Amino acid sequence: MEPIKHVESIIVPLDNKNVDTDQIISKEFLKRIERTGFGQYLFYHWRYNEDGTLNEDFVLNDPKFAGASILVSDENFGCGSSREHAPWAILDYGFRVVMAPSFADIFYNNCFKNGILPIKLPQDVINDYLTRGKDGLTLAVDLVSQTITDSDGAIVNFTIDEYSRNMLLEGLDEIGLTIQYEDAISAYENRPKPY
Amino acid sequence: MAKNIIEKVWDNHVVYQEDGKPDLLYIDLHLIHEVTSPQAFEGLRLANRKVRRPDLCYATMDHNVPTKNLPTINDPIARKQIETLAENAKEFGIELADMGHPDQGIVHVIGPELGLTQPGKTIVCGDSHTSTHGAFGAIAFGIGTSEVEHVLSTQTLWQSKPRTMKVNVSGELGAGVEAKDIILAIIAKFGIDVGTGHIIEFTGDAIKKLSMEERMTICNMSIEAGAKAGLIAPDETTVAYLRGRRYAPQGEAFERAAAYWLSLASDEGATYDAVLEIDGTAIEPVVTWGTNPAMGAGISQNVPTKADYSTEADKAALEKALTYMGLEEGQALTDIAIQHVFIGSCTNSRLSDLRAAAKVIEGRKVHDNVTAIVVPGSVSTKRQAEEEGLDQIFKAAGFEWREAGCSMCLAMNDDVVPTGERCASTSNRNFEGRQGTGSRTHLVSPPMAAAAAIAGHFVDVRQFVKQEVQ
Repeated sequence: MEPIKHVESIIVPLDNKNVDTDQIISKEFLKRIERTGFGQYLFYHWRYNEDGTLNEDFVLNDPKFAGASILVSDENFGCGSSREHAPWAILDYGFRVVMAPSFADIFYNNCFKNGILPIKLPQDVINDYLTRGKDGLTLAVDLVSQTITDSDGAIVNFTIDEYSRNMLLEGLDEIGLTIQYEDAISAYENRPKPY
Repeated sequence: MAKNIIEKVWDNHVVYQEDGKPDLLYIDLHLIHEVTSPQAFEGLRLANRKVRRPDLCYATMDHNVPTKNLPTINDPIARKQIETLAENAKEFGIELADMGHPDQGIVHVIGPELGLTQPGKTIVCGDSHTSTHGAFGAIAFGIGTSEVEHVLSTQTLWQSKPRTMKVNVSGELGAGVEAKDIILAIIAKFGIDVGTGHIIEFTGDAIKKLSMEERMTICNMSIEAGAKAGLIAPDETTVAYLRGRRYAPQGEAFERAAAYWLSLASDEGATYDAVLEIDGTAIEPVVTWGTNPAMGAGISQNVPTKADYSTEADKAALEKALTYMGLEEGQALTDIAIQHVFIGSCTNSRLSDLRAAAKVIEGRKVHDNVTAIVVPGSVSTKRQAEEEGLDQIFKAAGFEWREAGCSMCLAMNDDVVPTGERCASTSNRNFEGRQGTGSRTHLVSPPMAAAAAIAGHFVDVRQFVKQEVQ
């Protein structure tokens, strides 16, 4: 997993509530047996018209957002299915940070396993970013200091729990970490059964 | 100190606890299917790791499997995914209900059927509807593929203890009101993310009276309220369901297990981080009109209008949903014509669901404008339904009687609703494109879907069944 410390980029403002994982990655693209290659299918049915042409009204297709690494959206982002193909698609497309007022639990968890930083922010901060983002807003996200700095120098703090923050900063292999608790796991397995 | 069932089951599974870290939680049962597991097994191979407890894993194929002309799979990528699971199960020594196996079916239908699902267990699967198993008083939740790999390798997960929520459904349900209507009414009332960060315990008179299959429908859709999991305390209904099931304890061990299971119920005076109340007597059959499961209303109601919402954002969300759904503000739900009916999915494909639908359609014919399919949740459910003659009732009415699988709930196989067409579906999600690109999904109970199949539009099944069969 690629560690993440500092990301500076123009943001993509995706001004929708309840963006579900079916929209992030549609089921017809879930049949691959690899972790990579999903970026081309990210938001597929919003990015492309039925005839396969580009939907120029969709924010991701606006040329000024090309190469962005930060996605900003509204509440309950990532609701629905547990498919990790959703964060895989977001990462493969090039995003490293997703900001929203709230996230669905499974999606939020899945981000940390893939080197994506999901940041929960107050609604008014998100509203501000979504509004200014339409004309192009660059943010600098620093996970070490847990701050976001905008182009005017205004700073917003955020918090990520210590465990998850460390995983992202170090790019740790969680299984490798858990294996160090082998004694505790074995002891649990050998405890007297409840019946 | 008084504990609720969520705290009891959680605390029983903590392997390691340290300040500043999530709990290391032991997992008792890991269910596996073909879509969310290949990358996890590949990860094990790359790191030269083993499956720690293959005996606590159980695999089946459900998302991709065709529901007719078995065993041919036309889609080569889907076939590859299915073959990959078979190879992985063999390589790592995991029991598999393969295509054509008598125990194959939707993972959340076969777990309970086989008695793998038991009270007090921690159960995970790379599928958000794992919450279904909470019906037995288990903590059961969906995980991503990285966590699937983590459980395969260590039989544990690092998990922050969720907050607890009680949702109490009081009173007695009216005739013709189903478990599906309870959960859709809860989500419509409290919202699609009310449960975020919580495990819900469902309580109350209306819940106590439900059968196990009905309880599974309720817990199945906890995730549509954003909850990490949903559960119902085990009682005599739970014990009676499990007695004699293949993987349940047998003989004297079962009696000891049953006593333990019953002891898991929340203590008198147990507290929760949040408590919600809903009046069961006021719930009527629900139809969703929008593009998330909270966008639903009782059958006597109309599609909302902008005047029903106070914020600009909510008005815009209504407009977006109605544009996608091809509906008008204020339109009566009973005026919505449908072209497809799907009876199936991990929410509503069990024997009692099929019985309830068959009762509505017996002696009647599917409307000329409607294509209707029934997809039983498992090979075993299909066999039992056929023994009762339910297949004959469906076929005589004009339904297609299919093989078991997830099918049109998410349309990964060939069972797809065409663009712009409308489906009355007993499944769990009405997101844009869920049942096929441009498809329009209305979530309903099995009897409501059955009545719509006959009428060609939504009807109040409570009135419909009183009409004489022509």
